[in-house]
Amino acid sequence: MTNKLLRIEDLYVEYETDDATMHAVNGLDLEIEEGETLGLVGETGAGKTTAALSVMKLLPEKIGTIKKGRIELDNLDIINAAEADMRSIRGNIVSMIFQDPMTSLNPILTVGDQIYEVLKLHRKDSSNAQLSKRVDEILQLVGIPSDRKNNYPHQFSGGMKQRVVIAIALACEPKLLLADEPTTALDVTIQAQVLEMMKTLKEKLKTSMILITHDMGVVAQTCDRVAIMYAGEVIEIGKVEDIFENKNHHPYTEGLFGSIPDLTKSTRRLSPIQGLMPDPTDLPKGCAFNPRCPKCMDKCKIEKPANAVNGSHTIKCHLFK
Amino acid sequence: MDNPLVETMGLKKYFNTPKGNLHAVDGIDIKIQKGSTLGVVGESGCGKSTLGRAILRLLEPTDGKILFEGKNIVNYSRKEMIEMRKQMQIIFQDPYASLNPRMTVSEIIAEPIKVCKTITNKTEIDNKIFELMETVGLAERFVNTYPHELDGGRRQRIGIARALVLDPKFIVCDEPVSALDVSIQAQILNLMMDLQESRDLTYMFITHDLSVVKHISNEIMVMYMGKCVEKASSDELFSNPLHPYTKALLDAIPVPNLSGRNSKREIIKGEVSNPINPKPGCRFANRCTFAKPECTQYELELQELAPNHLVACTLYN
Repeated sequence: MTNKLLRIEDLYVEYETDDATMHAVNGLDLEIEEGETLGLVGETGAGKTTAALSVMKLLPEKIGTIKKGRIELDNLDIINAAEADMRSIRGNIVSMIFQDPMTSLNPILTVGDQIYEVLKLHRKDSSNAQLSKRVDEILQLVGIPSDRKNNYPHQFSGGMKQRVVIAIALACEPKLLLADEPTTALDVTIQAQVLEMMKTLKEKLKTSMILITHDMGVVAQTCDRVAIMYAGEVIEIGKVEDIFENKNHHPYTEGLFGSIPDLTKSTRRLSPIQGLMPDPTDLPKGCAFNPRCPKCMDKCKIEKPANAVNGSHTIKCHLFK
Repeated sequence: MDNPLVETMGLKKYFNTPKGNLHAVDGIDIKIQKGSTLGVVGESGCGKSTLGRAILRLLEPTDGKILFEGKNIVNYSRKEMIEMRKQMQIIFQDPYASLNPRMTVSEIIAEPIKVCKTITNKTEIDNKIFELMETVGLAERFVNTYPHELDGGRRQRIGIARALVLDPKFIVCDEPVSALDVSIQAQILNLMMDLQESRDLTYMFITHDLSVVKHISNEIMVMYMGKCVEKASSDELFSNPLHPYTKALLDAIPVPNLSGRNSKREIIKGEVSNPINPKPGCRFANRCTFAKPECTQYELELQELAPNHLVACTLYN
């Protein structure tokens, strides 16, 4: 087999609420190679976070269920893995950075203890002294002086908290890091610092990463490949060159680019996508983007488009054959 | 054509904290020409929102003057301010928190009319609401819905309709699109620009997003810890940034194209320092690569280096 670290095939995830079923992920296919950074782009509700939570098997209990599909991580079958096995997989093989650093740390534990906790769980054969030394190392790795390990989260700024969260995620050197909007809550200058650090760490530890974001700028600066999600599906995927330099795009991708004010050009008007994201309890027939698509054809309303593959670039749209 | 609608002179807003005075806004002079947009950018905590609120006297300024059409409104009484607010309104950042969850869309939009009693006839009020809902692109069927039933974009349209209902001349827009997805953000920005043209509105547009501010503003002011570090026309600021902080801020924007992907970017180190009883001199000095001893010795004044391009930095003395 090739060196695919993560392979998601035809994944369907649903959330059951009192009065409806939300189709959050609808036939997601995604592959990640070792050492690669994949940008997962899409608007609120596109299913980006749900996809990541499925890989972690952390979907909200009883509400979110994987209906169909396969997730293979480092040759392990995640969907059928027992919870006990998942506990050792999480942290060791895959770990996740959550969006909001303000709420993802425990306010009553020092940051040192929070990193120690992860190591203690996963490195049972190491001595306490070895683990403490490792805590210092990891803090330095993310650019925090190790004498601050006895501080509590509230004594850190937003950017520093996010560094702590990254330190926890990388403590056991996982093979895959799922970063869910890691810099969205940060100011641009701090965002630049954190992204630069993540890039360096990734190269150093040879970690693969899925970077979930809605910021095309962040993607262009940090990712190797890009997948664009809409209504729970990948509608376009390719290398960064395919997405940022190729002329052929899914109409939704075009809309996304048209919505970003360009710093280098002065346009008076933006060309946004009309309308709103479809209701996930009631997705349109055919292509999920058809009600908002400026190039919508009759076919789009009936038939789901297939993937049109062109080298490394894949577009799911009837316009491309 | 010097025709400023809003002007501030030495505007200051300090907050009393147990640890001392927090200098949120520290001597800001702005002039916004009628029908134009002043963009205010800076990182969180730089005082941009406080400035916006102080200009409307939603927060009482500590010191300084606010001139609206040439009249100083700082000492206006509460009653006089209610009268003034017909001409100056605000759109808030968070469309989830700035709408009363127990009021319907029509009640929210009509509330300023009721407070200021500009229209008393009920049918006229209703007509006005429908007219505005159409202007901001809200379908009539939403008139009796509650905010929680609507998505972020539609909620922000309610916020805009509420700000417009008194036909103001000046609107402070406090990060009106930050909470929205890009495609919705673009819809709202287009709407705001159309409204500015058709109603000759004057905006003060507060944001941390530099690409948005470039798109919408005529003039841009960059703030750092309560002070203005640089002010210039939008094109000038982006083509010729002078202050090291402005440069760092522009460098930090991740651009959505592949040029410069592999070049090493200059990234400023450190974080914003404590705004409580700040030390004299340039407040950016502790993060600045060009800092010299004199940067922290005396208060810096804005100097006009080119027509309408002001900067406060010792590099240009």
